Amino acid sequence: MSVKLKAPETVTFRPTSFCPGCGHGIAARLIGEIIDEMGLQQDFIPTVDVACGALNMDTWRFDTVMAAHGRPVVVAIGVKKVRKDKLSVAYIGDGAAYAIGMAETMHAALRNDNVVVIVMNNGVFGMTGGQMAPTTLIGQKTTSSPKGRDPKKQGEPFDVVKALGEFDIAYLARASLDCPASVNKAKKYIKKAFEKQMNNEGFCLVEILAPCPTNWGLSPVDSLKHIREKTLSYYKLGEFVDKKGEEK
Amino acid sequence: MQKLKLNIERCKGCGYCVDACKQKALSQPGQLNKKGYSIVVADEEKCIQCGMCYRMCPDCVFEILE
Amino acid sequence: MAAEKVMMKGNEALAEAALRAGCRFYSGYPITPQTEILEYLSWRMEEVGGEFVQTESELAGINMLYGATAAGARVLTSSAGPGFALKQEGISYLCAADLPAVLIDVMRIGNGLGDIAQGQGDYWQLTRGGGNGDYRTIVLAPNSVQESADLIYEAFDLAEKYLHPVIIGSDAAIGQMMEAVTFPEMKEHNIDKFDWTVKGCKPGDTQRIISNVCFYGHPDYEEYLREKYRTIEENEQRWESMQTEDAEIILVAYGISSRVAKEAVRNGRKQGLKLGLIRPITLWPYPVQAFRNLSDHFKGFISVEMNILGQMVDDIKLATDAKYPIEFYGTFFDVPESERIIEIAKTMAER
Repeated sequence: MSVKLKAPETVTFRPTSFCPGCGHGIAARLIGEIIDEMGLQQDFIPTVDVACGALNMDTWRFDTVMAAHGRPVVVAIGVKKVRKDKLSVAYIGDGAAYAIGMAETMHAALRNDNVVVIVMNNGVFGMTGGQMAPTTLIGQKTTSSPKGRDPKKQGEPFDVVKALGEFDIAYLARASLDCPASVNKAKKYIKKAFEKQMNNEGFCLVEILAPCPTNWGLSPVDSLKHIREKTLSYYKLGEFVDKKGEEK
Repeated sequence: MQKLKLNIERCKGCGYCVDACKQKALSQPGQLNKKGYSIVVADEEKCIQCGMCYRMCPDCVFEILE
Repeated sequence: MAAEKVMMKGNEALAEAALRAGCRFYSGYPITPQTEILEYLSWRMEEVGGEFVQTESELAGINMLYGATAAGARVLTSSAGPGFALKQEGISYLCAADLPAVLIDVMRIGNGLGDIAQGQGDYWQLTRGGGNGDYRTIVLAPNSVQESADLIYEAFDLAEKYLHPVIIGSDAAIGQMMEAVTFPEMKEHNIDKFDWTVKGCKPGDTQRIISNVCFYGHPDYEEYLREKYRTIEENEQRWESMQTEDAEIILVAYGISSRVAKEAVRNGRKQGLKLGLIRPITLWPYPVQAFRNLSDHFKGFISVEMNILGQMVDDIKLATDAKYPIEFYGTFFDVPESERIIEIAKTMAER
């Protein structure tokens, strides 16, 4: 009896240490699949943040750098500058990308550095217990916005497409993990970003709308429903910048 | 013929696969694995091997067999 | 062919000698009085085939360097005073991850913004650090343009020997002055020299992880760390002693103030004062060995520094079990004066 569909060994050699229903597990598997398909296992160097995504150090079998909170984008650039033939990817959360590391994200895009940033956007600071993030939705209650996010006090949720949509970068896309079709699309976007880096096209950012059942106080299945009904009404999916084939 | 292999000790009982399965071939009847999670159980009669469970599983529980 | 002597600023000599040591990655941010390092490398790094990035902040500078050293390069960043303060988090992370790196702090004066004037305002920042946790870094303090070149050339080897950041503690006067310098030969560094650097993992192999939480899973991290620091303290103390054998008063000074102190020793001796000098070259580990074998007539130390509170005085006390009087002569904005040093020494000698 042969196997038709099986997760790659690079992401199954140990059990994951994420909470039940965590989006990181799905994203890690997608990355493992893409790396297998591209034949890049010996050429892939991800950099993770200190937040929940860092637990991927236990999840996947890739040479990995763990950076300080908010700094993985520049750390990944440092790796790429030294090892130009490798695939260097910063795998971070929305807190790292859009709060403490906003300057790093913007300037990497401004320089159009040849690096991929995967942003897992779950709308909260997960590792510290679910505080408000720049991406928390209007009205969403968190441990630091107990009455719900008020746009008069805390502004509108940060939308990376509005911020980087006009930048001269290689790729900008947003996907979701709410259903199998969305997951397939997320994989397609991530793979495209990886291919663009290997073609020296420049800065790529793929944002993934991911569930955080633990900190949303919802069951995992209800968390996916929340993405479909609430998150997607604010954050639109798709490819927003896709410069093709120009050598950087 | 076996259609699915479930690495059930990896299961954390999130239920994404149950939600994604159009055939209603998966359920969580209340059995626990060693870590105490309410694991998923497959009804192979109903399974059409579409792989949706595999797609949604954050913990790589599923292998679809040929 | 013998190496040629060239006239150069201290800052530029640091930059050129770093390249000669095989450094092929620099990331940093402008701040006076170290900007010549960044400017020099902005054109010179390309000539030697390395990577130069002017980053959006000091934070980005030190963290980009973190990635480059994790990937195996010999790396450098530089800053001064308040800019160097911003790098403290990164230094703590480099220590946590056992990563080699060379950093330059061209000191200025004062708290907060302070001033770009010549000074030695960062002794505490350099030797105590401002980052979290249990760490120290090796700190080398040159007092000439030639020594700037020599120390940074060796700093890269030290950083790799101990898998640890090494800081060059220069100052505005040494960084800005022009002197003749002879450079060592150009070396190339192999980025695959070490197995622990990230380079891509073969299928089935254990992956390499550059982690800043390497105590997880370490067989005995506490002892490992204590031993690392013990070894550095035993092996790496460096200093220059000048006429200390029979000295009644010993000046303690590093960097620019040590040059004035030398003059004071010479002039004081002409006036019959038995002065000596201990010039720490490593600010950490502090050269406690230099403070042994004092003469029977020894009366006390004068710490000559360019700051207000006498940042090095504690280390002199610790090196001598606080057994001797210590006077502090500090200046702010100005270089210390040898006449004033001699006056203080005379008062001490008469006690």
